[in-house]
Amino acid sequence: MAVDNLSLDIREGEIFGLLGPNGAGKSTTILMLLGLTEPYQGTIDVAGFDPISNPVSVKKIIGYLPDNIGFYDHRTALENLVLTAQLNNQTYIQANDNALALLEKVGLADVAHKKVGKFSRGMRQRLGLADTLIKKPSIVILDEPTLGLDPMGVKDFTQLILQLSREEKLTVILSSHQLYQVQKICDRIGLFVQGKLLAQGKIDELAQSLFKDKDQNIQLRVQNQQISMAKQVLEQMETVRKVTQQGDLLSIATEAQVNNAIAETLIRNNINIVSLHQKTYGIEDIYSHYFEGGDNHESNKQLVH
Amino acid sequence: MSQTSNWSINISNLNAFGVLVRKEIADQIRSWRFIIILAIILLTCVSSLYTSLTFLKNTSPAPNDPEADFFFLKIFTTSDGSIPSFHLFVGFLGPLLGICLGFDAINSEFNGRTLSRILSQPIHRDFLLNAKFTGALTVIGVLFTALILLTTGVGIMLVGFPPSGLEVTRIILFTLLTIVYIAFWLNLAILSSVWFKHTATSALVVIAVWLFFTMFYPIIINLVAKALQPNPYASQREIMEYQHFMLTLMRFAPSQLYTDGTNILLMPTIRSLGPLNMEQLQGAIPSPLPIWESVKIAWAQMTGLIACTILCFAGSYYLFMRKEIRC
Repeated sequence: MAVDNLSLDIREGEIFGLLGPNGAGKSTTILMLLGLTEPYQGTIDVAGFDPISNPVSVKKIIGYLPDNIGFYDHRTALENLVLTAQLNNQTYIQANDNALALLEKVGLADVAHKKVGKFSRGMRQRLGLADTLIKKPSIVILDEPTLGLDPMGVKDFTQLILQLSREEKLTVILSSHQLYQVQKICDRIGLFVQGKLLAQGKIDELAQSLFKDKDQNIQLRVQNQQISMAKQVLEQMETVRKVTQQGDLLSIATEAQVNNAIAETLIRNNINIVSLHQKTYGIEDIYSHYFEGGDNHESNKQLVH
Repeated sequence: MSQTSNWSINISNLNAFGVLVRKEIADQIRSWRFIIILAIILLTCVSSLYTSLTFLKNTSPAPNDPEADFFFLKIFTTSDGSIPSFHLFVGFLGPLLGICLGFDAINSEFNGRTLSRILSQPIHRDFLLNAKFTGALTVIGVLFTALILLTTGVGIMLVGFPPSGLEVTRIILFTLLTIVYIAFWLNLAILSSVWFKHTATSALVVIAVWLFFTMFYPIIINLVAKALQPNPYASQREIMEYQHFMLTLMRFAPSQLYTDGTNILLMPTIRSLGPLNMEQLQGAIPSPLPIWESVKIAWAQMTGLIACTILCFAGSYYLFMRKEIRC
């Protein structure tokens, strides 16, 4: 069983990130939304339609970018897009105009008449995005859209998604295991592991509720020869609970935010600070909390709405 | 209200189906393998027609020959012995064309990762499979109709008179039978393309089936025939039973069904596909059979061929509808 007891509400006009390790059931969830895989039991409601009994109506309003999308390599970019548009019941002239306009938008206008077989990975993804948008969908589902792109390509592509979704007022569901990009563009996220949804919500809210009971963590770097001295000094402070040394990095567990006090103490003892910063909990911490530490799942269940 | 919306959905679905069929036909006729197979078929057919026409020119039939009425049918069946006749060539190369049009129908879409993209468009899942079949069948149909019409045209130019209505009907039936026969191999190839993930496996499997029926099945039949051969002094009934049994065995090969059907259609003097005894022949007038009588003789063979075609298609439909489309 790939997906078990999934309950997911996605709001109109938001960018929702599905997060999870490989094989967590993200793609299966997406295929179920499209009616391409049937759930054993339960119901799905996509904008008022049931994808099991009425897949065509659902597929009319959902644009789907499969992970590692394929095109007909012996056809040009324009021909591939026109075919998709025609399958969505556009006449050839409409299809051609829409395709050219979209190719312009995704920055492929100059290669519109080149065969897709010669396209690079980044160009294919852009063409894929155009292909998802040509049916004028209200919901767009992107499965691992930035997999295999170079860092600049990822940046451009996520920006393109963000821009197009705001322009066309789209609801975007984005599955990924690349955390950074998700953090940057998603309004809300859902965390998947082994077919179960462990948490969903806004990133900062999730982080707050997860880590509110935990110690504040301050990370400090000082000059190499002063490490042991710094450690001694800090351990004598009242607010500091514990100091652990990882190489030349001291991580300090405290009860409250005491950056200034620590800095003062260090300066008074003539210790040169290289860097001092308060650790904030981001998506990676949420992720590793669930997938690597993942110890107390019971207590996390309250987060699932 | 809901009725009208259903109507509009149906019409838009038909449009999408048309788009898919057009795409299939375009893909087929642009592909190199189709062009090569087409060239081979054209070459062999032209050469066999050339030999049959020159042969017929030199050996004009006697006026009292009952087959003299069917000159145009003879073009497809005669040969001077150097090259097999047209209908034998089609029986041999037709399957190859069907296989070449169908062996990678579904798995190439799957491997090219276009399957999930196409199926996420607002079409029903079976549209893709139906369009694959319809597209390839259209190509085959147009090709063979054109080939046979051209041949008849060349025949008319050479002899200077048109074919009779009887001949035309028989030629049309022959064309239909040929298309059904190739459609059988096409469907077998599509079935294997749904079944096997790799295009090479799928092609090899269908070609193996084809080779088995064209090369090895006759050998096996020969072995069985030798083992079961009755004593030469056996009763006539025993010998007839033996011959009937051997014929039944042979008809498990689709090519045999096709050969039986074309022989009956193109040679109106054939009265039976099995052995006849003396009593049955007594009083028979040596004249050609009417079309309907000919069709009745080969009825079982033709329906058998159509049934095999439908069976293969049903199989691929069943498999495709339950296929996991994820790459």
